[in-house]
Amino acid sequence: MHWFRRQKPEDYEEIEAAEEEKAEEATEEDAEENIEDIFEETGEEQKVSWLARLKSGLSKSRENIVGQISGLLSRSGSIDEELWDDIEAILIQADIGMQSTMHIIDNLRDRVDRDRIKDPNLILDLLKDELVYILQQNAPQTEHDHADRIIYLIVGVNGTGKTTTIAKLARSFTKSGKSVLLGAADTFRAAAVEQLDIWAKRLKVDIVKHERGADPAAVVYDAIHAASARRTEILLIDTAGRLHTYVNLMEELKKIKRIAEREKGDAELETLLVIDATTGQNGIAQARLFDEALKIDGIVLTKLDGTAKGGIILAIQEELNIPVRYVGVGEGMDDLQQFKPDEFVKALVGE
Amino acid sequence: MFDNLSSRLQDIFSKLKSRGKLTEKDVDVAMREVRLALLEADVNYKVVKDFIAKVKERSIGVEVLESLTPAQQVIKIVNEELTALMGSTESKLSFAPRPPTVIMLVGLQGSGKTTTAAKLAHHLRSTGRRPFLIGADVYRPAAIDQLKTLADENNIPFYSDDPKTPPLTIARAGIKAANQNGSDIVIIDTAGRLHIDEQMMHELEEIKAELKPHQILLVVDAMTGQDAVNVAQSFREKLDFDGIVMTKLDGDARGGAALSVKAVTGKPIKLVSVGEKMDSLEPFHPDRMASRILGMGDILTLIERAQATVDEKKAREMEEKLRKAEFTFEDFLGQMEQMQQMGPINQLIKMIPGMGKLPKDIQVSDKDMARIKAIIQSMTSDERRNPNLINGSRRERIARGSGTDTHEVNQLLKQFNQTKKMLKQFGSMQGKMKMPKGGFGGGFPFFG
Repeated sequence: MHWFRRQKPEDYEEIEAAEEEKAEEATEEDAEENIEDIFEETGEEQKVSWLARLKSGLSKSRENIVGQISGLLSRSGSIDEELWDDIEAILIQADIGMQSTMHIIDNLRDRVDRDRIKDPNLILDLLKDELVYILQQNAPQTEHDHADRIIYLIVGVNGTGKTTTIAKLARSFTKSGKSVLLGAADTFRAAAVEQLDIWAKRLKVDIVKHERGADPAAVVYDAIHAASARRTEILLIDTAGRLHTYVNLMEELKKIKRIAEREKGDAELETLLVIDATTGQNGIAQARLFDEALKIDGIVLTKLDGTAKGGIILAIQEELNIPVRYVGVGEGMDDLQQFKPDEFVKALVGE
Repeated sequence: MFDNLSSRLQDIFSKLKSRGKLTEKDVDVAMREVRLALLEADVNYKVVKDFIAKVKERSIGVEVLESLTPAQQVIKIVNEELTALMGSTESKLSFAPRPPTVIMLVGLQGSGKTTTAAKLAHHLRSTGRRPFLIGADVYRPAAIDQLKTLADENNIPFYSDDPKTPPLTIARAGIKAANQNGSDIVIIDTAGRLHIDEQMMHELEEIKAELKPHQILLVVDAMTGQDAVNVAQSFREKLDFDGIVMTKLDGDARGGAALSVKAVTGKPIKLVSVGEKMDSLEPFHPDRMASRILGMGDILTLIERAQATVDEKKAREMEEKLRKAEFTFEDFLGQMEQMQQMGPINQLIKMIPGMGKLPKDIQVSDKDMARIKAIIQSMTSDERRNPNLINGSRRERIARGSGTDTHEVNQLLKQFNQTKKMLKQFGSMQGKMKMPKGGFGGGFPFFG
């Protein structure tokens, strides 16, 4: 889904038109991949095309995790140490992490022993169960979705895709008929305000911005007051990327959140951490430290359309209690979708 | 950087050291733990496998197990293999015989190309070159503005065009402009792209074929997981890039990507980015990095930094004072200010052998330094020269003035006296003991 960037449409109408065209193409592709029948009964075309994208994103260059493992299993005649080592290798290479991998394998071994399983092919189903279980532990909290007015504070380390995520969220909210305001509180990175401003123009939404170098907390204050005065339903606040290890920069975020908390009025405040799917085990440290500083309500996992498997989600779910809210599965504007654990696993493990 | 990996490996090796004679089984156990530590640090699975096999093979040889210090031998082997993994020696940027040298930066979205382009220009200018920046990322909104802003702020000449212009056209016109401008190095920033995006990769192949850049550098985020090698491999197959720039090494990433990409692609890491400031791009020294990972310090970098920031004459005066133990709070303040110019204190401390693994609670932060500074600055100049003057009421005044409490003032005074005593002993050893050239020796005993 690279049409969007390449065409650089300046105009929203163009985006719409181009997108519809692409949606048709996507549906054709889906048919070729014979996956639409899986979700046929839902009758929701959009859902099908999202799943198709998620699935094709996850399996793009190489096979997905279970694809690799089932190939492996059908090659091996019996369940032995070598087989366990190979399963371990595949899980680790998906960035699931040492600890979660060992945990998953221990559980699988227990099941195999207890149920006296001899056929290596049966391990595949056990593994699916295990992955689904981990991802379902923390179903996303959805109570905020019914609030009249929501303020989203978008945070994360540098280069994870915060500004683009905001554009995609803004697009999805305006599409569902909500009023949207953007707050450009990344006053540190050169041209970050301009980047968000371009999106605001393309998406025809309002933006509150200050000069580069201004106090981000002041931008947040102004944006929240503008949103309450206009009764804007959705306020999306962009913040500067920062490594979670910089104490003073994390303090700055805490201050921003304090001010948002104090000024939010009747709006709900939701703090979302954006994590790049290509991130390795450092993703856990990111999630942990941002959560300690800000109490993160949810995670947005971006860039799942590369070859990275996004296994870091599993590691984060295992170690911390933070639900994944959205996943980005492509560069198109509609490629950011709400995260649904069961569907994610279906896409991850195949049928 | 590499903190967690370092502390894990150091734990493993201190266990090994406590064992004296080693059996094959001891080595096996240690290697299993090394393997876990590396995997947790995101070192590529296959790289780990080869690495462990190599270290094991060398460690189980007769000369190690029979040697008097077998653990040291094993650590030495690990150090050598880690260094080899990262490329053994520093790999410098190469320049075209006839300027301008054209350098093109490529990589995934969000790896830090635009910031790196500006930092690289800054770095090259500090080595006496005349860099020129070209913004050819026409896809990300405001990416060109971002580079232009950074170029303007740092007085680096810059060229770009309307984002509707093809990147190749911009780059070609930019090189022309750089030539006219008398610049000798041109740095082209390109749009981030997925390595599996055929169309976008083809665009880069075209630019490469057309402009024949002298160096293509792949920018890689140090926090990348197992996928780093896939990305690097794809870029190598399509573009056969010349070297790697590792970014965001200032976080707590365990650096697995840095340890893996060279091993897999055969392309060296040329530069690393270790901070948010413009001057935070540094040459990469695999040998120094390996010993830093193993907690063996990095004295060379420390000395280089000291040499770059410290006034030689002042340093000699200081050395003299230290020898005679005529060291006062005023000197100490001067030392501290010099040290702070060299970089964040935590970064510096890790470069000192044996200091890499300070327990968390006695770690020194720049904040602590600021408190110490405040205390000293709240003293009168008489008090600074002669701390014995400081009685109870003066202590209270100093504490009030610096926003600290008398307990902290007392602690500083006590440490100062201890240091002075230590220095006297050093002084009597004159000749045998030479203070490091940078003159920072006076500052550090406070933090031991």
